[in-house]
Amino acid sequence: MHKKMAFSFPDEVLEHVFSFIQSDKDRNSVSMVCKSWYEIERYCRRKVFVGNCYAVSPRMVIRRFPEFRSIELKGKPHFADFNLVPDGWGGYVFPWIAEMAGALPWLEEIKLKRMVVTDESLELIAKSFKNFKVLVLSSCEGFSTDGLAAIAATCKNLKELDLRDCEGDDLGWHWLSYFPDTYTSLVSLNISCLGSDEVSFSALERLVGRCTNLRTLRLNRAVPLDKIANILRHAPQLVEFGTGSYTADLRPDIYSDLAGAFSSCKELKSLSGFWDVVPAYLPAIYPVCSKLTSLNLSYATLQSSDLIKLVSHCPNLQRLLVLDYIEDSGLEALASICNDLQELRVFPSDPFGVEPNVSLTEQGLVAVSSGCPKLQSVLYFCRQMSNEALVTIAKNRPNFTRFRLCIIEPTTADYLTLEPLDVGFGAIVQYCKDLQRLSLSGLLTDRVFEYIGTYAKKLEMLSIAFAGDGDLGLHHVLSGCESLRKLEIRDCPFGDKALLANAEKLETMRSLWMSSCAVSFGACKLLGQKMPRLNVEVIDERGPPDSRPESCPVDKLYIYRTLVGPRFDMPPFVWTMEDDPSLQQLSRANLM
Amino acid sequence: MSKPIEHDYIGLSEQPLPSMEKSSDTNDKKNGLRLKDTELRLGLPGSDSPEREDHDQNVLSLKSFVPGAKRGFSDALDGGGKWVFSGGSGGGSEGLFSPRGGGKNNGGNDLSGPDSGLGGPVLKDGAAQKPQVVQEKKSQRVAGSIHGNGITAAPAPTRAQVVGWPPIRSFRKNTMASHPSKNDDDDNAEANLGSECLYVKVSMDGAPYLRKVDLKISGSYKELSSALEKMFSCFTIGQCGSNGVSSRDGLSESRLIDLLHSSEYVLTYEDKDGDWMLVGDVPWEMFTNSCKRLRIMKSTEAIGLAPRAMEKCQNRT
Repeated sequence: MHKKMAFSFPDEVLEHVFSFIQSDKDRNSVSMVCKSWYEIERYCRRKVFVGNCYAVSPRMVIRRFPEFRSIELKGKPHFADFNLVPDGWGGYVFPWIAEMAGALPWLEEIKLKRMVVTDESLELIAKSFKNFKVLVLSSCEGFSTDGLAAIAATCKNLKELDLRDCEGDDLGWHWLSYFPDTYTSLVSLNISCLGSDEVSFSALERLVGRCTNLRTLRLNRAVPLDKIANILRHAPQLVEFGTGSYTADLRPDIYSDLAGAFSSCKELKSLSGFWDVVPAYLPAIYPVCSKLTSLNLSYATLQSSDLIKLVSHCPNLQRLLVLDYIEDSGLEALASICNDLQELRVFPSDPFGVEPNVSLTEQGLVAVSSGCPKLQSVLYFCRQMSNEALVTIAKNRPNFTRFRLCIIEPTTADYLTLEPLDVGFGAIVQYCKDLQRLSLSGLLTDRVFEYIGTYAKKLEMLSIAFAGDGDLGLHHVLSGCESLRKLEIRDCPFGDKALLANAEKLETMRSLWMSSCAVSFGACKLLGQKMPRLNVEVIDERGPPDSRPESCPVDKLYIYRTLVGPRFDMPPFVWTMEDDPSLQQLSRANLM
Repeated sequence: MSKPIEHDYIGLSEQPLPSMEKSSDTNDKKNGLRLKDTELRLGLPGSDSPEREDHDQNVLSLKSFVPGAKRGFSDALDGGGKWVFSGGSGGGSEGLFSPRGGGKNNGGNDLSGPDSGLGGPVLKDGAAQKPQVVQEKKSQRVAGSIHGNGITAAPAPTRAQVVGWPPIRSFRKNTMASHPSKNDDDDNAEANLGSECLYVKVSMDGAPYLRKVDLKISGSYKELSSALEKMFSCFTIGQCGSNGVSSRDGLSESRLIDLLHSSEYVLTYEDKDGDWMLVGDVPWEMFTNSCKRLRIMKSTEAIGLAPRAMEKCQNRT
């Protein structure tokens, strides 16, 4: 008896210990120690992350973790961001909300990415969760301001409403007035994605005024410059602020008003917005620049000289998003001023022009990689690259964790040697041993995939476009990249062999996307039959794949591991390759 | 080291290079890559070529519905009724790099072999005008490259658009579209505006979800109509079958023709003023500048739109 007790703590003690363990991975490890730890852990898990909403069912999640308070769900594949996934593909959140509504009345947080969120879903959230606090919709669609009004009106304890990069339908800004006068708990509001020209400024100002805990406020383009000063004065405690349209007639009173308002914001660390920016109004933010750690100028059409001037006031920047107007000279200045820079994203101002409109080349990236020792995450659009530059960058910055390079014209070779960029990217994966995410571009042969398979052992996400020679390339990646979770490929000559030879690998990954490649319908069927724990979805808007020969390549292919078999909400242009031909007859019969 | 290779944009001059072939063979042997020993194989080794010819036949036969479809939409089209389905011409609505965009492949290419030498999908010369234009632009940059098909470069070259490339989110593109680069002079600014994409939402009465279409990719009403038809034909089919059931079980060709013959739907759009108008009454440029969203409306609901459209036109001119 005594021996037994010495080996086991009371459940409450273990729970208390587990409460210090937040990461999902660690929690999962804890739950595998023994049966009793599994049981204790599952009742006290408060946060659940589901990377693919079709990998598991809401009922299963609730059954395993009956007491969670926070859920994060992801829906569509990443390439949906670039319009490669046809509308209607799926990713509906409603079934999840419906299941959780009954079982988890104390749910507090819902975070969704690339999902379809209808007004009905929002209304159900508002109605079902009395203590609802946090709603983050990232790259979601399907809702209108009607649904937002329901949330505003009902969720008394709402702290966070973040609609980053969503596509919502605007039916007006009156939804803001649905926050009751007694409501004061708002901490974070991001409505930068909403359109709408009718803005209820008074409702906004009153809301901001009474929510004294407001830390984050990101407005949308419809809010004019002359309204910002008032808003800032109501919320001098803001830490993150996104302006609306940063333009107005040049008037000294507007300027001094604005400058004064910014000066009173002693806590500001992050700025964004700056649509339609007029350079003359930029100095109004200088008072806060020295404390800024994050600056999003990716909508700001400023010339390089103005950008340099602005950046030179921000020596503590850790994160910068900017257009390629910054040019090589601006990046060189950045490299010398911002030594704490960790993340840089440079977007193209003229993505469809063939000739460069700005003087931004590989040199800018080389400069930043050299001057910013903490730089770990890069997204860079440019028009020319060389192996030499990439090797230099790799040697300068072995601490890269995310490296995404987009050379705008597909299959662009090394502009100095006219060779493929295999060696350059090879250096990146060789030197940057902790690389987690990589996006390739330019002229690439199978050789680059050999490098990746050999060196990129920590790589979790890889994006490939217009690259490679054949199946060998894909085989290198699938057989070599041990940590690979997400692989997305478009317009590459990868066919059946590598895919079928590495079928088991696919069960260790979250998902694989292949579009405009050379995978035949027959191979898809075979894969679907042999791998019951994979959903092999063929997306083809030309019509049913079995109306064409089996050797015909499919248009788009999305393969993901799942515990719950084929989904039932597929649109007419998506087919799942069934596990077993005999089952196919059965499931058809059920549908009839 | 082999001499530098020209890689033109669409790979027309792409030859499998001796050096590349050799290295992939040696790699095969080096890694002991024994794909043949793999349990999972199609049982159709090596010899399968993508049956593009057959595929095109099938696509064309789907398109043969079109004669019936014209009646539904053509009433609204400018110039009345002459609506040619741009089947074989490479299509305005397909990007250059879509291998199935009505272009034809090099027949005998085995895409699944390591020596295919394909850097990307290939379009035959005859397919579309756009590849030639792009080729000309590229020649300005690549040394010693292909010359002289006699096409002079436009003052502000823009590339033919590939769906989803470069990989930029639509909200960024839409932002840039309304604010051309300040660095350029007027000519370039106009050209830049012309090259931006313009996604508008399209809804169809009775369809469960919205689609989006890029008005800049469709250069004319004809192309827009064909793009929409392709997008929404699955709905009319879907009405007759259930998810996952092939069309063979459900809809027959004649049924679809019936639906479209009956002119059940008309194409309308919401303009900047918030009014709903019939598509086709105004010049294409004016349309793309003022169209905020599209709606494929049931004909019964569209009565009364035409007079308003005419009034507006008259007021404008």
